[in-house]
Amino acid sequence: MTQKRRIAVTVNGTRYEREAEPRLSLADFLRHDLHLTGTHLGCEHGVCGACTVLFNGHSARSCLMLAVQADGQEITTVEGLSPADGSLSPLQEAFHEKHALQCGFCTPGILCTVTELLREVPRPDETQIRECLSGNLCRCTGYQPIIEAVLLAASQLEPGIKDEDGRV
Amino acid sequence: MKPAPFAYYDPASLAEASALLARHDNARLLAGGQSLMPMMNFRYVTPDHLIDLNKIPSLAGIGIADGALRFGAMTRQREIEFSSEVARLCPVIQEALAHVGHRQTRNRGTIGGSLCHFDPAAELVNLTALYGGTLEAESVRGKRVLAFDAFAAGFMTSSLEPDEILTAVTLKPWGLRHGYAFLELARRHGDFAIVAASALLELDPRGRIARAALALSGLGPVPARPEKSIALLQGAEPTREAFLAAAEEAGKIEAMSDAYYSAAYRQHLALVLTRRVLEQAARRAAERSTA
Repeated sequence: MTQKRRIAVTVNGTRYEREAEPRLSLADFLRHDLHLTGTHLGCEHGVCGACTVLFNGHSARSCLMLAVQADGQEITTVEGLSPADGSLSPLQEAFHEKHALQCGFCTPGILCTVTELLREVPRPDETQIRECLSGNLCRCTGYQPIIEAVLLAASQLEPGIKDEDGRV
Repeated sequence: MKPAPFAYYDPASLAEASALLARHDNARLLAGGQSLMPMMNFRYVTPDHLIDLNKIPSLAGIGIADGALRFGAMTRQREIEFSSEVARLCPVIQEALAHVGHRQTRNRGTIGGSLCHFDPAAELVNLTALYGGTLEAESVRGKRVLAFDAFAAGFMTSSLEPDEILTAVTLKPWGLRHGYAFLELARRHGDFAIVAASALLELDPRGRIARAALALSGLGPVPARPEKSIALLQGAEPTREAFLAAAEEAGKIEAMSDAYYSAAYRQHLALVLTRRVLEQAARRAAERSTA
């Protein structure tokens, strides 16, 4: 039973069928097997939040999940947050506008986390944003520009309105 | 950091999971994975067999039976956090859940996983102690129901047998006008508490304390329920003096020391947090009785 399992995972709307060893983390599966290297790995034990993806729409740490657990499930990574034409989503635009990243290592995880927040709480206040970001470590920005970017993105969104692909 | 190799099983029923657990040595159950997976990544834990409970629908969900709230062991912390029934019947749970890890970990973490991991500072362990909850376990040998005190074996250890699976946790809500509070001190939001305190209070029609419960985490290997404090509160007027006297008793409970926090500091926190949760619970009880 330690042998590989055949799994089918939908990532950013594309279905992938691969073989995975049970101990392969979802994060390594995304990066090494699917070559979706936008998802970053920092601590690999669930503290830094860099590897956060949306698992069936909910933010989760992909270093704490196994690839085999994603069989039959839907995952969105940072690559799936921007429109297909390569432009930026409103949230990503706001990060650009407010200079909410420096080295960018934590950014994919933060974008996934905040995407979920804005879907559930379209007009978060600063406290809600800070609480939400407590699960994502950023060593560059001091968080202030990130909070400003989330507030900016939220102010530009109609509550509950997403683009045709459900992006905020 | 990668886990050591293991065999993986994702049974679709509890019976199947119990049979797998009975059959295999050095097997571990995977619930939300927010504690077990880090330990496996570090190879602190190296199971030969990993039995994933995430595909067993009957283990998840919140139900009400005989006036009690019953949580399937695989109910996600997130579901409890946003449940309107929990908000109505046991609001202290949601106050405490705000301190449990982060949004991403609550999306996966389960109530049963937290109880089986049994970290002495864990909020859901504290609340199960506060309510004197009951736990249901199942194995191929049969089912049994444990009171919290029987479940709480020691530091990070429940009294479940190696072949048993925790299936549900039941808490009996207090009257709709009860007061409640949960407070903890941690260095950072989402960290494990140094000390956590929770309280439930019910007032009688004359405004005296008809019923009180307290639970303190972070002092010893299992949550403490300070009997002397509770005895002092019973029948007392909900005054600052009464709360301080009860808190002083809570501050005398023996506490552990570690590399970061001394026993004396933990006892100080126990005193201060007990007083604060009692005052807040009394305020809420008064507000809710006139509402």
